[in-house]
Amino acid sequence: MAETLLKIEGIVKRFGGLVALNNVGLSINKGEIYGLIGPNGAGKTTLFNVLTGLYMPDEGTFTFAGKDLFRAKPHVVVGTGIARTFQNIRLFAEMTALENVMVGRHIRTKAGGLGAILRNKGTMDEERAIEAKARELLEYVGISSVADERARNLSYGHQRRLEIARALATEPTLLALDEPAAGMNPRETSDLKDLMAKIRNDGVTILLIEHDVKLMMGLCDRIAVLDYGKKIAEGVPEMVRNDPKVIEAYLGVAHA
Amino acid sequence: MDIFVQQILNGLVLGSIYALIALGYTMVYGIMGLINFAHGEVVMFGAMVTISVISALMNAGINLPGPLLVLIGLMISIPACMLLGFVIERVAYRPLRNAPRLAPLITAIGLSIVLQQVAILIWGRNYIPFPPILSHDTITILGASITKLQVIIIVLCLVIMAGLLVMVERTKLGRAMRATSQNPSVAGLMGVSVNKVISATFVIGSGLGAIAGVMVATNYDQAHYYMGFLIGLKAFTAAVLGGIGNLGGAVAGGILLGIIESLGAGYIGTLTGGFLGSNYQDIFAFMVLIMVLIFRPSGLLGEKMADRA
Amino acid sequence: MTMVNNKKLGLFAVSAIAVVVLPFLVGGALGNSWVRILDFALLYVMLALGLNMVVGFAGLLDLGFIAFYAVGAYSYALLSSPHFGLHLPFYITIPIGAVLAAFFGILLGTPVLRLKGDYLAIVTLGFGEIIRIFINNLNAPINITNGPQGVNLIDPIQVGGFSFGKSFELFGQTFSNVYLYYYFFLVLTVGVVIMAWRLQHSRIGRAWVALREDDIAAAAMGINIRNIKLLAFALGALSGGVAGGLFSAFQGFVSPESFSLIESIMILAMIVLGGMGNIAGVVLGAVMLTIAPEILRSTIGPLQMAVFGKTIVDPENARMLLFGLAMVVMMLVRPEGAWPSKRRRMEFQDAKKGVSHG
Ligand SMILES: Nc1ncnc2c1ncn2[C@@H]1O[C@H](COP(=O)(O)OP(=O)(O)O)[C@@H](O)[C@H]1O
Ligand SMILES: [Mg+2]
Repeated sequence: MAETLLKIEGIVKRFGGLVALNNVGLSINKGEIYGLIGPNGAGKTTLFNVLTGLYMPDEGTFTFAGKDLFRAKPHVVVGTGIARTFQNIRLFAEMTALENVMVGRHIRTKAGGLGAILRNKGTMDEERAIEAKARELLEYVGISSVADERARNLSYGHQRRLEIARALATEPTLLALDEPAAGMNPRETSDLKDLMAKIRNDGVTILLIEHDVKLMMGLCDRIAVLDYGKKIAEGVPEMVRNDPKVIEAYLGVAHA
Repeated sequence: MDIFVQQILNGLVLGSIYALIALGYTMVYGIMGLINFAHGEVVMFGAMVTISVISALMNAGINLPGPLLVLIGLMISIPACMLLGFVIERVAYRPLRNAPRLAPLITAIGLSIVLQQVAILIWGRNYIPFPPILSHDTITILGASITKLQVIIIVLCLVIMAGLLVMVERTKLGRAMRATSQNPSVAGLMGVSVNKVISATFVIGSGLGAIAGVMVATNYDQAHYYMGFLIGLKAFTAAVLGGIGNLGGAVAGGILLGIIESLGAGYIGTLTGGFLGSNYQDIFAFMVLIMVLIFRPSGLLGEKMADRA
Repeated sequence: MTMVNNKKLGLFAVSAIAVVVLPFLVGGALGNSWVRILDFALLYVMLALGLNMVVGFAGLLDLGFIAFYAVGAYSYALLSSPHFGLHLPFYITIPIGAVLAAFFGILLGTPVLRLKGDYLAIVTLGFGEIIRIFINNLNAPINITNGPQGVNLIDPIQVGGFSFGKSFELFGQTFSNVYLYYYFFLVLTVGVVIMAWRLQHSRIGRAWVALREDDIAAAAMGINIRNIKLLAFALGALSGGVAGGLFSAFQGFVSPESFSLIESIMILAMIVLGGMGNIAGVVLGAVMLTIAPEILRSTIGPLQMAVFGKTIVDPENARMLLFGLAMVVMMLVRPEGAWPSKRRRMEFQDAKKGVSHG
């Protein structure tokens, strides 16, 4: 049996009267690429927000790498090893690409106010290491040529990659990507696919939301389907694709 | 017990005035999402202009009954303050509608300073007494006393506020205001002239502010160039207390704050064993503000807001 | 490259010399009262840099900053004056005031952690007023602060047996103590500048910018939002506390009047008009806003006499009027301030074009 990295059970998240997540449970194994699909408004992003501590779930359990993360603060979640990107890119727009990634190193470094003021050797060494690691990550995602550009000025594809680099800077064991291919052309999408495969090969588990079914089928080890806040299917891509409930959820939306 | 009833009555008077001013803050906030820092100064101008008009009439030897004099004063100060509100929005806020939020806040503070200094230029730095033209007869309720004037203040506030609520619910302008506060760009697409709605909001809020200013001046028998600051701050607190952007909330918040404040001032000595006296009355508003924002940032009647991530 | 460096070095040397000889030039030409104004300018630079850590770096709008100045000033006043008969030396009272101010910074920061923008501004404003009301009223039943009368006869700074309280002799010439305070404040100001600059270019400074630009993304990157906000409040308050203690010693007298809302606004205006987030801009703003009103004060009266033959507008009135107008006009014409940081300038330009963030 594969080793379970993340496990949630019975997660409920309500917004006033709306039940955005209704009793959702799933488990992600170490080293896999786990896909999450579902029509718009199904609750995928909400689940991401719950998993990364941005939203407080109302009910359920949530463990990750053996630790209880139910209602944990975002920085605790990141410290435990979950990093994410956002569906509507949220870079620090006025910072350079390099600085964005350097912010990602925050949780893995520790220089405080006093160190910053005194500039002792430990602090300066750490600062250099932060920059070196950030440059390395820009290289890794293939955008080192724009290291000193402001994030705002980067092309859409580069911004998506920069968000991934920034998330990787936190040294995650699980990388959660919310529609990373949205708005990309086929070439960019295929490059992104290669990047995700590379990240997985380097030992990072991936949780992926994407609409591009072809991409998902080719890339994911397992896929879960959300509809109206409920998980309606889960399994290997082949099985999910032929599940009548999934077909209905998608067709129902497409032809409504 | 007598103290209790007395403080409740005092609180009601104070609170209905806060409510009237709070409406000005909350309407602007609801529609533009900004705190009109200069609103307190509009209130001050309302009081000052009214007193000037009354004094001028009296000096001219025109002998009219007190209430009529006040009414004439209001008929001049209300339009004057409306014009002031209109100009404030045009000068300090409209050019900065897309600027970072700090910018309109700074212009508003700058404008507050300018208005205070203009008031000093016109009326000087001293307290200006309200002409002794209104009766201060009292009536007794449950062992507590209240002046007839204060009863009129409360009733008038309630009537005006009810009128405003009806206006917002029923009239075309009211509908346009509600649409704009929900989504300015959609309202614009639906044919609402957003600029006109915003101007109207400032004008109405300033008119209410002028009336409130006169009430403050009659209640304390004086006016002062700096009076707008504290009363404005408290009225804003009231708006936050009730849930900013929510008209009913501003009314409830204003009255509640008035009562909290006067009960607090009445009992703080007993509560602290004489250590703190009623000169600490002013801290209650701020304490309440901080408490509300900690425990219920959306206010008593406001909807819960969540950050969209 | 070296040419640029040489040029920079030259510029630095020239400004360093200028700053060192400045009080003698000013004192010689205009008299000691203007050196005193320079001293105040330095105090305001420290204050503005402290507030800039909160507003400029971390993006937390604080309208009650003067409260921390008050805490520092009163700590010094109560511990080094005849009021309680305590005469602790400055190297004890100033740190006590600074730490106490930082403590108050955290006290204020904790309840307002969830607030943003205007809401935060109003609550901090209320907090500043609460502190002032307490200082104003804590003279009964136990006299702690001496109420509205304030505290008198505060000890000057004393180093060894040498007091900053009186004038001193150098090369046979007598100099007023305002010169001593100038250099003392200058050293501390340079210290605060270095501190602010190093913080800005550190892991902490980056976290502050991240917080300012997008707090949700910052949290999702593992920044502990609570701690990083509290650190900004505490460090800002600390600088304010130090400046407050110095103010007490320098002035020899404190009263609640010195800590009213308008002072908080003035310091905020220094930052905004100078160029928020940019240390050089903030220094410029603080100096401008300390000196310009004094120039106005000393010219408006005589100017009116010369032109109209009498005083039409009270100079204090005219000064504040111009100040308010300057705030409005500056925001309308150049909302990014006189000398903004590059990043800020970009933010404002984007805002003008109506581009939305992220
Ligand atoms: N902060 C929020 N407040 C209220 N409703 C929300 C919030 N976030 C998400 N929702 C609602 O939850 C539902 C699921 O949204 P989301 O998770 O974004 O869907 P997906 O990512 O699958 O398209 C939608 O109806 C959305 O409007
Ligand atoms: Mg989504």
